Amino acid sequence: MGSTIAEKILADAAGVETAEPGDHLVCDVDMAMSHDLGTEGVIGHLEEMGVEEVWDPSRIVCPMDHVAPSHTIEDANQKSRIREFVEEQGIENFYEVGTGICHEVLVENGHVRPGELLVGTDSHTTSHGAFGAAGTGIGHTDMAYVYATGQTWFRVPETIRFDVDGEFGDAVDAKDLILHIAGTYGTDVARYKAIEYTGPAIERLSLDDRFVLSNMSIELGAKFGFTPIDEKVTEYVDSRTDEPYTPRHADPDAEYLETYRLDASDLQPKVATPHKVANVVDVDDVEGTELDQVFVGSCTNGKYEDLLAAAEVLEGNEVADGTRFIITPASREIYSRADEAGLVRVFNEAGAVVTNSTCGACIGMGMGVLGDDEVCLAAQNRNFQGRMGSDSSDIYLSSPRTAAASAITGRITDPREV
Amino acid sequence: MRGRAFVFGDEINTDLITPSDYFGESFDVMAEHVFEPIRPEFTDEFEPGDIVVAGSHFGSGSSRESAAAALQAAGVGVVVAESFSRIFYRNSIAWGLPVVSCPGVTDFVADGDEIEVDLDEGRVRNCDTGEEGSCESIPEEIQEVFEVGGLREHYRRHPEGLKTD
Repeated sequence: MGSTIAEKILADAAGVETAEPGDHLVCDVDMAMSHDLGTEGVIGHLEEMGVEEVWDPSRIVCPMDHVAPSHTIEDANQKSRIREFVEEQGIENFYEVGTGICHEVLVENGHVRPGELLVGTDSHTTSHGAFGAAGTGIGHTDMAYVYATGQTWFRVPETIRFDVDGEFGDAVDAKDLILHIAGTYGTDVARYKAIEYTGPAIERLSLDDRFVLSNMSIELGAKFGFTPIDEKVTEYVDSRTDEPYTPRHADPDAEYLETYRLDASDLQPKVATPHKVANVVDVDDVEGTELDQVFVGSCTNGKYEDLLAAAEVLEGNEVADGTRFIITPASREIYSRADEAGLVRVFNEAGAVVTNSTCGACIGMGMGVLGDDEVCLAAQNRNFQGRMGSDSSDIYLSSPRTAAASAITGRITDPREV
Repeated sequence: MRGRAFVFGDEINTDLITPSDYFGESFDVMAEHVFEPIRPEFTDEFEPGDIVVAGSHFGSGSSRESAAAALQAAGVGVVVAESFSRIFYRNSIAWGLPVVSCPGVTDFVADGDEIEVDLDEGRVRNCDTGEEGSCESIPEEIQEVFEVGGLREHYRRHPEGLKTD
């Protein structure tokens, strides 16, 4: 019997021949990431554990992205402590405020390589499955243990597959597919499991679009979320790093717990309604919902192609009176690219606000906090109650295209009608 | 372990367990506000050793371990859920907070019932009705981490690392 991608990467990392679902393995980690919200907790645990030197400073990455720039004294002091720690430990892969959101920063700087095991103090570390790496989120204590030893334990997951045929229709994007999957199969469908997204429709997707699927795999409960590991991936990775790596592919006779077959041609633009990612409806069903704020950004939808889609819709239009439109590129590199392509000008002229790269609005810890009873349509990954601010605010989720169309009207709007 | 059951539904995410308003506070402070958005009276009614019972995918969402740490600081004896989010589950093991999956538990335990959880036997019993369910025990390979009180203590005792055999 063959093996899935997750089984192969975990077996490699544990130094065993094969790994079966249900096995508990102690694995050597290739890369470990903790961001500004995670690193201070990790430092505290390391001190308690009596660890004076981390296991390998070249395999640790610390991006300052969640509260960036700091807007409280407490946070500023916390960041100072992190800077001291990376200095003391000789961690060179430190990325200062403004560089970008952790998952994007890791990819752009060549820290993500096919076939490797990558852990981060952020649940959306599953994003790296789009680049052939087994990426997953862990807590601060688990991460302190990794920083101390380079090891962590894993239960080898079963793998499920979403096999997608057909062509994406007009104004339908990868985000609509992942929302459709969450709405149809539930946010429990991949709990403790790995996902492989396969099929012609997935193979045709760009890396930016595939990233959305891997990123939101955690919303389905998944440990890992892999999209195809093909030339698009290796060409990109080779342009970012000289480090050697070995891509791992699923065997043709690998065993899947379940294969779900879908057709992209059947999809409509989708919206997740408050307060669960699985509350998914067609955009038509909530069309007209009045919006105080629209947001395009986050690790999920702050990529260049997301900004391009938003700009295409917005060009020549204006953001509706009474509605705010906030746009956050996922990295400085993306910001520059969007600037050079004239997208930033389109946003500015339409009356949108373009911010520096940060997780801020998406997590309610920066520019874009929602007040009482406010309603926001966000191209991001989560719509949990209170996530972006007040407990009485409502968050709807959509693609950047749907978000931009809605910013123009001030109401949830089908992007095919703009 | 025996205590009063506080029953929650499905998909209780980490923002509902430890609201972001208290982010940056100590785990003891967060413990005074656990479940505040959905059950503000929880911390007044709860007594150390009482038991949290929940539906599917308990602890979903963010990887922040404040959820596990604050429940432990609040004195939760054990969390019994239909199923857990994997990051929350890992964080609980890392902190030494007992967590067990018991499919069907919300069918035979109601809010306020006295229940008994036997981790070794893998059994949950409703002392008021006599109904029982079986639960999955903590995997043998990571039992030691749990038994010594979490991953940090395990490291202090075994700085050479984890072992599976």
